[in-house]
Amino acid sequence: MNFDFTEEQNQLREALSRLLERGYEFDKRKQIVASEAGYSREIWRQLAELGALSIALPEQHGGAGGSAVDTLVIMEALGRKLVVEPYVPAIVLGAGLVARAGSEAQRARLLPRIGDGQQLLALAHDEPDNRYELERVATRARPDGAGYVLDGHKTVVLGGSAADTLIVSARTAGEPGDPAGVSLFLVDAGAPGVTRRGYATQDGHRAADVTLTGVKVDGDALLGPAGGGIALVEHALAHGIAAVSAEALGIMAVLVDLTSSYVKTRKQFGVPIGQFQVLQHRLADMLMRVEQARSMTYLIATTVDSADDAQRRRVTAAAKALVSQAARFVGQGAIQLHGGIGITDEAPVSHYFKRLTIITLTFGDADHHLARFSDLLDRGDRGDRGARDV
Amino acid sequence: MHIANPVYASGMDLSFTAEEQRFRTEVRSFIDANLPAEIRAKVLGGKHVSKDDFVRWHKTLYQNGWSTPNWPTEFGGPGWNAAQQHIFDVECADAGAPPLMPFGIRMVAPVIMAFGNRAQQDRFLPRIRSGEHWWAQGYSEPGSGSDLASLRMRAERRGDVYVCNGQKTWTTLAQYADWIFCLVRTATDRRPQQGISFLLIDMKSPGVTVRPIVTIDGDAEVNEVWFEDVEVPVDNRVGEENQGWTYAKYLLGHERTGNAGIGMCKRWLKALKHIASRQRAGGRLLIDDPRFRDHIAQVEIELMALEITTMRVIAMELANQKPGPEASMLKVQGTEIQQTLTELQMLALGPQALPYQPQALEAGYSGPLSGPDYAVPLTGRYLNHRKASIYAGSNEIQRNIIAKHMLGL
Repeated sequence: MNFDFTEEQNQLREALSRLLERGYEFDKRKQIVASEAGYSREIWRQLAELGALSIALPEQHGGAGGSAVDTLVIMEALGRKLVVEPYVPAIVLGAGLVARAGSEAQRARLLPRIGDGQQLLALAHDEPDNRYELERVATRARPDGAGYVLDGHKTVVLGGSAADTLIVSARTAGEPGDPAGVSLFLVDAGAPGVTRRGYATQDGHRAADVTLTGVKVDGDALLGPAGGGIALVEHALAHGIAAVSAEALGIMAVLVDLTSSYVKTRKQFGVPIGQFQVLQHRLADMLMRVEQARSMTYLIATTVDSADDAQRRRVTAAAKALVSQAARFVGQGAIQLHGGIGITDEAPVSHYFKRLTIITLTFGDADHHLARFSDLLDRGDRGDRGARDV
Repeated sequence: MHIANPVYASGMDLSFTAEEQRFRTEVRSFIDANLPAEIRAKVLGGKHVSKDDFVRWHKTLYQNGWSTPNWPTEFGGPGWNAAQQHIFDVECADAGAPPLMPFGIRMVAPVIMAFGNRAQQDRFLPRIRSGEHWWAQGYSEPGSGSDLASLRMRAERRGDVYVCNGQKTWTTLAQYADWIFCLVRTATDRRPQQGISFLLIDMKSPGVTVRPIVTIDGDAEVNEVWFEDVEVPVDNRVGEENQGWTYAKYLLGHERTGNAGIGMCKRWLKALKHIASRQRAGGRLLIDDPRFRDHIAQVEIELMALEITTMRVIAMELANQKPGPEASMLKVQGTEIQQTLTELQMLALGPQALPYQPQALEAGYSGPLSGPDYAVPLTGRYLNHRKASIYAGSNEIQRNIIAKHMLGL
């Protein structure tokens, strides 16, 4: 076993920290959040220069052939500075899907431009009534000559307002709820029939609702096998969960630091409130949750590309459940220990809490993934060692 | 707060190395071949395990050079690293081996190795290793629990002996013990921590009385030990007079990753699933009731994370960093998971948790029984294991340690 990061990963972390230390001060971030686009093209260009956008992409398409552990290093650093640039939707979900499922032509056309920061992708999968159920896709793709015509509604498409290309899931067969029959399509965001309404999310990120009305695409817009989209989306979201878990880890580590610093300086009853045992124990509990979340984040990062599908599903569900629970505990504790200042807009802690809360709701909440893990439970009656004991 | 993340060339990999896997296979094979079936059945069935059972397994391991997993080779130990020790602990617990008693092997032995003289090392260490001496721990007193330094048991120097008077309590399995190591007060004219000495006391000494304490589950694994004018040779003092607190703290510093009890938790989780796959509720198996199964899922997820956290601390040890407050985290979380597991095992029984049938805890009992045999120990186990968050430094004390040493509060 080895929990150590490589020399390259440590250098990447340091380079990212330096970049964000300069370019992502709290006030600078506020300007970025308030800007028209909702993200900084300059920061995105710098991330591309650093190789952070292409690190996990294949080498033949300009990437570094990296792993989910590289993504973990990046996401933890982005979390520490509350970076709003669309790394998860465009790179982890979008580029990851093209890299795993794309044809050689699709990969060659898109990946180098994505890695250079020239092209943004987003995954348009969720619909108004699907909550976290992946199979409940009602959007239709009707064969039309050599291509397809798409009709439907997609909602809360993360990074959807800035995306140049949308990866749209649509039914080529079956009914909403069927695991088979969903296909993925690469759709130009500016194509006739695509209307987008972009908006800010509660955490200062951006999303869009997308309506597809008779949108015509060519046959080569199909991404991956026809009817095999759900498995691809599921695997993409597992990568998404690994990424936001690492982001949450960065955020939680900052919150524990901010809070333990705060209670050492804030005085009441003539003493720093950190001298009160009731607060010390709450912080100790927060720290323990962070370390448990770190363990699960390491586990999912090293499992998300495992060939053992059952194990990958179990670990993904376990990680998202545990990290979401930890995020709730640590976030709420940080606000509480900061007192009234914790719920003001001027205090960084409130912004960290908002992002952390949104992460708990993204790609399935704690209850959803606990239920999933419970349904997938290894019941242990395999006649192996100790199976008959109490 | 990064527990393990120094710089190395290879990538992160959470699985055991090929060498560690070979070691695990070797341990498993040994246990399969040498753990007596009747002892294993007692442990797995939650029945009473006798002194003879503990000693027999200890001596079996001794024959193979494995009775002291944490000892270096210079004292006759196997010289295992932290990963090997962890694998050994987990495999033994998971397989249903009786636990090795920590009082000699893990508690007094490291102190004798570090601070004892050559004569003490030669006299005591081989007998701990062979299982000839059963040791007990004489730390807690009625008035001194978390505030251990306030202890009052007196040891007055008279020539070549200390005359000891006082009382120790919560002494686990003292009824079996040949020897007890005690923190005693040898000076009262200074700070409490500076007047404590570390004595090794023969339980057969005149004036030593052991009285069982009946615990909440009706069992008697802990005792009061009374000392009335007990004469202890000065030669049985470890290290310097009045420096005992330093040695006791050294011992606490030897707190280890075994604190989490990963092996026992894994076995109890399997047991929980086994029970839930047999109990019926609402016309189906309990494990098919999502509300109950979600409780199992929750604790399994927490255990998955804690196993990785434990391995991260082991990786620290392998890199020659001594775990300090990290061991406190493992203790808190491990004991909380143990307590959740014992509670769920009891809850899984429903009304069958009610009958109190201590006679059925003896192996070979064939009398009348209400409910399944596996139900017999479970309510008592739940009751008894409330101790886990109290002993070995209460979980509140552990949180103090975490707050002080990891958060600087």
